[in-house]
Amino acid sequence: MGREIYEAIADGILGGGVYALMAVGLTLIFGVLDIINIAQGILVVLGAYLSYALSVHLHIDLFVGLLITVPTMFVIGVAIQWLFIRPLRGRDRASMSLLAAYAVALIIEGALYRVFGPNYVVLTASYVTSSVHLFGFYLPDIYLYGFALAVACVAALYLLLYRTRFGRSVRATMQDQTAARLIGIDVNRVAAVTFGIGVAVTAIGGMMFGATSGGFNPNSGYDLISRLLAIIILGGLGSIGGALAAAVFMTTAEALVDIWSPDWAVVVFYVALVLVLVIRPSGLFGRAPARAQ
Amino acid sequence: MTSWAGNRAIQRGGRTLPALAALAVVAVLAVFPLAVTNATVTTIAVDTLVFAAAAVAWNIFSGYCGYISLGHAVFFGTGAYTIGIAARAWHLNGDPVFALLPLAGGVAAAVSVPLGLIALRVRRHTFVVITIAFFFIAQLAATNLSWTGGSSGILAPSPNWAATTFNDPFYYVGLALLVATTAASWLIRGSRFGLQLRAIRDDEDRAAGLGVRTMPVKLAAFVISAIVTGMAGGLWFYFIGQAIPQFAFDPLFDLSVVVMAFFGGLGTISGPLLGALIIEPAQQWLTLQYTNEYLSEILLGALFLAVILGLPRGVIPTAGEKITALRARRGRVPAREAVTQAGQAGQAAP
Repeated sequence: MGREIYEAIADGILGGGVYALMAVGLTLIFGVLDIINIAQGILVVLGAYLSYALSVHLHIDLFVGLLITVPTMFVIGVAIQWLFIRPLRGRDRASMSLLAAYAVALIIEGALYRVFGPNYVVLTASYVTSSVHLFGFYLPDIYLYGFALAVACVAALYLLLYRTRFGRSVRATMQDQTAARLIGIDVNRVAAVTFGIGVAVTAIGGMMFGATSGGFNPNSGYDLISRLLAIIILGGLGSIGGALAAAVFMTTAEALVDIWSPDWAVVVFYVALVLVLVIRPSGLFGRAPARAQ
Repeated sequence: MTSWAGNRAIQRGGRTLPALAALAVVAVLAVFPLAVTNATVTTIAVDTLVFAAAAVAWNIFSGYCGYISLGHAVFFGTGAYTIGIAARAWHLNGDPVFALLPLAGGVAAAVSVPLGLIALRVRRHTFVVITIAFFFIAQLAATNLSWTGGSSGILAPSPNWAATTFNDPFYYVGLALLVATTAASWLIRGSRFGLQLRAIRDDEDRAAGLGVRTMPVKLAAFVISAIVTGMAGGLWFYFIGQAIPQFAFDPLFDLSVVVMAFFGGLGTISGPLLGALIIEPAQQWLTLQYTNEYLSEILLGALFLAVILGLPRGVIPTAGEKITALRARRGRVPAREAVTQAGQAGQAAP
């Protein structure tokens, strides 16, 4: 029993790294644009299918393929923001953008069904099935590589946000859009690039998800987005550190409950979310909610 | 305030016309199954009535007080399962099953109170996500609990009337539910309660400062909305004949209802109704046309985007603005007043 618990914790932490990466993209988009990108789930699935197409048809390695899929997803993200999110104005902008993102998600889902069909597929490579013996546990290689990549990406995002001029303008826009505009920041450009970055990480998340989830189809986006939303709310909307902590916390909790009952493990996400919000409505690391305008 | 005075003037001037239009719509809907007997068409019609009632009910809460709920499928599914479990336990078949609909509404109300007490503590995006979380908890509970029939779901009691007019009882019960809900929506909108809800939508903190007890007001709207949604879910279940967790608690239900309300005009009385009467038949027709090709999903998404980008405030408020502008051009309303009215048209439109 003790051994199972340690294994669950190891799985949870390794899996949490991947969710953290996807959630950071989502919370970054929220922080800068003040919208919930409900299409993030299906974009992860799209990223997974891109990796699938590259590996099956062109025999490109999953990790090498990221060199193609990440820029592609970045461009898709910028295009979505520019075409469908940027034109929205007015009092209901927040809820309208949520619906616009949902419409985009529906279109992508329909397109994926048409191209790839409803059958479940899985990403395969030699390191997906092999595992390494470490500290007395067998850890799948893909989890280790993916975790390392996720940590590297989150670190790179951190450096980008806190050590570069662009990062400063992103953070300024997150704090106060009007003031950022006044000191000469091109808020539209910051918004488009941020959306692009937030979507680009789904290429990596999608590849990992496709390799570790045991099969996915175009419908997998719903499950993903609800988990990601639970993570970013738990971590406090717009808080990057919060998203990281919440992702690891959630996946570990899920892995632990999974020992006892696989059926109910999925609910842990949402029950934890509800419990935390009853006690602390702004999330674990969130700022107190600003006065609603 | 001047804008209120403008509102009043519009309401006084145009009260008979909407009443007559409403009567005409009800009359047309009442004779519809007599004129059209094609089973495919009447099946779509029953579905449309169920969704229209749900959209109007959703709007009573989300449209009036501005809290966008993406979790109303919880109440829809609760209603469905209530009918299924109650009819199984009491061995009911045929007409008496319709008498269980208030029970479906009651159980949905009982579920909505604790959910509302938790979710209504947070605002905006967080509220939206909490409602989504409730939705997934409900779906998983329906799948995993022993008395809900698990993933194979639950069968509806069997109707015992003739096959030729099979859809008619469902149609008229659905129509009655829709008319009652729309009447409730109209009464609430003009009442003190409705004004309090809209004050919360515009500025909750200021409304609280002015003495609106925001929590009970929001919760009351949430519960009213849940009751109707539960009854709509119960009717839908009896009509479809079966409920499995994925379809009784369907994410597409949530989003369809929201899009219907947005399409017609959020927070208006006739907007969600109009949205449902246009979008649901279109959606059903597309699904029938392109069964296995998933084209309906793509087209639906494109339609959503066109509505959101082209008619961001919905058909009814936009039409209200256009009419006011047209009157102003004809010189019936002084231009300056027309501008103020156009600004208020979103609230003034019936």
